[in-house]
Amino acid sequence: MLSKRFLTGILASKSQKISRIDPLKNTHIGSSPQRKDALAKVTGRAKYTADMDMRGMLHGKIFRSTIAHGRVTSLDCSRAEALEGVVAVVTYDDCRGIVFPTAGHPYAIPPARNDRADRNLLTDRIRLYGDEIAAVVAEDPVTAEKALELIEVEYEEYPFYLDPEDAVKEDAVHIHDGGNILGQNSLSLGEEDPEEVFKEAAHIIEDIYESPQVQHCHMENHICYAYKDDADRIVVVSSTQIPHIARRIMAHAFSMPFSKFRVIKPVIGGGFGNKQDVVLEPLTAFLTMKCSGRPVMIDLSREECMAWTRSRHGMRHYMKTGVDRSGRIIAKTLKSYGTNGAYASHCHSVVAKQGGDFLRHYPASRGSSFQGYTVYTNTATAGAMRGYGIPQINFAVESHMDDVARAIGMDPVEFRKINVIKEGQADPVGKLKLDSYGLSACFEKGLEYIGWEKKRELYKDQTGEFRRGIGFASFGYATGVWPISQEIAGARITMNQDGTVQLQVGATELGQGSTTVFCQMAAETLGISYEMVNLNSTTDTDMDPFDTGAYASRQTFVTGNAVHEAAVQLKAKVLARAAARLEREADSLDIRDARIVEAESGADLIGLDEIALDSYYHLPDSGVMTADVSTQTKTNPQSWGVTVAEVEVDMQTGKVKVLDICNIHDCGRVLNPLLAEGQVQGGMSMSLGFGLSEIMLYDPNTGRPLNNNLLDYKLPTSMDTPELGVKFTPVHENSAAYGSKSLGEPPAISPASAVRNAVLHASGVGINSLPINPQKLFEAFKKADVLNKETINV
Amino acid sequence: MTQRIEFTLNGKKLTVDINIKESLLEVLRDRLHMTSVKQGCGVGECGACAVLIDGVSMNSCIYPGPRAHGKEIRTTEGLADGEDLSVMQRSFIEAGAVQCGFCTPGLLMTATELKESGKSYSREEIRREISGHLCRCTGYHKIVDAVEKGLKE
Repeated sequence: MLSKRFLTGILASKSQKISRIDPLKNTHIGSSPQRKDALAKVTGRAKYTADMDMRGMLHGKIFRSTIAHGRVTSLDCSRAEALEGVVAVVTYDDCRGIVFPTAGHPYAIPPARNDRADRNLLTDRIRLYGDEIAAVVAEDPVTAEKALELIEVEYEEYPFYLDPEDAVKEDAVHIHDGGNILGQNSLSLGEEDPEEVFKEAAHIIEDIYESPQVQHCHMENHICYAYKDDADRIVVVSSTQIPHIARRIMAHAFSMPFSKFRVIKPVIGGGFGNKQDVVLEPLTAFLTMKCSGRPVMIDLSREECMAWTRSRHGMRHYMKTGVDRSGRIIAKTLKSYGTNGAYASHCHSVVAKQGGDFLRHYPASRGSSFQGYTVYTNTATAGAMRGYGIPQINFAVESHMDDVARAIGMDPVEFRKINVIKEGQADPVGKLKLDSYGLSACFEKGLEYIGWEKKRELYKDQTGEFRRGIGFASFGYATGVWPISQEIAGARITMNQDGTVQLQVGATELGQGSTTVFCQMAAETLGISYEMVNLNSTTDTDMDPFDTGAYASRQTFVTGNAVHEAAVQLKAKVLARAAARLEREADSLDIRDARIVEAESGADLIGLDEIALDSYYHLPDSGVMTADVSTQTKTNPQSWGVTVAEVEVDMQTGKVKVLDICNIHDCGRVLNPLLAEGQVQGGMSMSLGFGLSEIMLYDPNTGRPLNNNLLDYKLPTSMDTPELGVKFTPVHENSAAYGSKSLGEPPAISPASAVRNAVLHASGVGINSLPINPQKLFEAFKKADVLNKETINV
Repeated sequence: MTQRIEFTLNGKKLTVDINIKESLLEVLRDRLHMTSVKQGCGVGECGACAVLIDGVSMNSCIYPGPRAHGKEIRTTEGLADGEDLSVMQRSFIEAGAVQCGFCTPGLLMTATELKESGKSYSREEIRREISGHLCRCTGYHKIVDAVEKGLKE
């Protein structure tokens, strides 16, 4: 009797439509419960990769080039090999033919669409200062360090290129076979040729905007160790954003079965895109293979991490805009050069993405075009960094919007309102229908917050040593990578004997709080408390379902859909079992506060714990209740937002003080306000560093990195960072199970641009290259002779 | 060369043989397994390794191990009283000051020093006091919130 009804219950539940989240009524979504990893992190218990220990751990160190471009003509490792305590020395000769791409992109079918595989484990062809020639493995790090000093090398040197436009010159030495242009594309939008439309424009404004290579500076450097387990498989423990992708790249690189690799990601100390590449994993795996499977750790120093992992692409933008008499942009063009550095990493994706953003955000009414080049240079490899090219193009476009508005005598926000992408407009680039649109509301909130009209007037025609100004910038940003790449996520939920659940996801926690939010989601849909959902922040490719990882601000959206689907399926199983036990119809039941209730009246019927216990131990009918799903997401909603900023400029020294700054976001539903604010403030701070102080410097005579440390690289401190205002505009995104859109990266896009425009308002001088540091402003003020002018024309 | 040093760690006296070249960070992490003490740079730039030495927050990576002899040293492992978190630990959680958590133990040490001073600090003064700690996740805002909140309790 029971089993028959139980079966009927399951069948009934399959046809039952369980609705997605009600935007107005929910318990856990929209609250800020204590982070799942909070206790471990404030007590020092949280274990990062360096905190793990294995008996007999060996230590690997990398022998790096001291030239920027050339090749090794001789290498002598004999003295290093002879040093007591050295276990192995490997060079490029030991691993020829092991070539792979490093970007954490989903694999592409057909394979020709994948990133360029230009990385060797070790190399004799030197492409940047610090390139990796050999590796030493020793019993302890000090011995490994000593051994590096005993290696002797000679080089043949080639000219090196720090600037992409030098690297594309006809006589430039090729950094890789095939030339120095790694990728290029053209995109156009609109019916007409922009060059023809320019002829009819009332105004044409042209300018060049530049931003330098900068570094992620996550507080935990890259670190990884690898060993062979008892099944002769290679276990790689790494501080990575992409465990499943790292596994795939290694399997392909070594031509070994995927099953031979297991990747474990412990608690990690930030990534910001720099850990969306395989940087250490293949080499570390190779070293354990060379050392009989003994554990080998590579733990990069801060100096190595800053110079020789990944960076944000430096960009140079040639921009031209034509507007008509009413202030409408009728045509525009952009040519971009991206500084890619020495190895392909994310290939042309970053430059291509920012080109799409250029065409999309302020679309030209008649015609627009973009031409982009990603160029190999002898500098740090550029990869993914929070915002993925959009902070760079945002600086260029938003600066240009102010410059054009100024040239045509229009208020810069008014000019934006006329031209910005409107609600209901289809995304012209990705061709996806845009659902939620909160950008207009963000504009209004921002203008109100900063007191736009009043202060634009108030700060007109200032004189004196300290001058104030306000600036504005807006952005749009995608959520995930569909339709360019695959968007797939996995979630598994198992109900324990007492109704608590174990949630497993392949998505990665890197400090942003994804673990916490996934637990809120599962609790919401299952009708149980947040505390009843358990998910640790370790990702393990042996245990956790497939998910491509943390990038593109995708996880709460794409993985959120998977968590929702798993929770829905599990809930159906619970209700089917409860229906059988209670002799009721499953669709008349619901779970609330971990109790089975009558859906309509809310009448309490039985505890979830009893149903769960039954599932394990009911004599004739037991079966653990689980759900294991892999879901694909085929939408890509845009997040929107603005930054408003007020600055004070010291006209004598060129120092900029940010007096007030606020980001206003449409990120769909705010799932966890405290975590969301934290994301926004962190992103704003990163953008302020990009705008005002950060730059990777190279010696023009040798190509040597000059400031790859936290003293000379000007990362903002607590004293450089102002109070950071955050506002959200209430929007619900219907294509997301829980109503949310991207928020991880968007906050890092527009603050630098708003500050640049505020400096322009204050001083009358527009700075077209980042960072806007005192030296640059001082020189620009001197050149413009602003201090000697009575007033400035704003 | 080895040297025997004695000091108090989180309230317990101990004796340990160290290499005289070791930093206090290495002594604490590698010999005594105090893994809350994080190495972010190894040269005193980031503050992730800060510990309390006789009540003063200092970077352990540039503090010579032998100089710890006779000192009273405290790490994040010693902040809670059993299951009871310290005021600053609690306020860091409640204010949302914890993201990746790598800078958190070092900051907690400085925050604890401020709390134990019994003085009051404005937000601007808190910013100055914690400026030896770099954080890339939070923009410092919620860390300042946390310290401010902890000082008021």
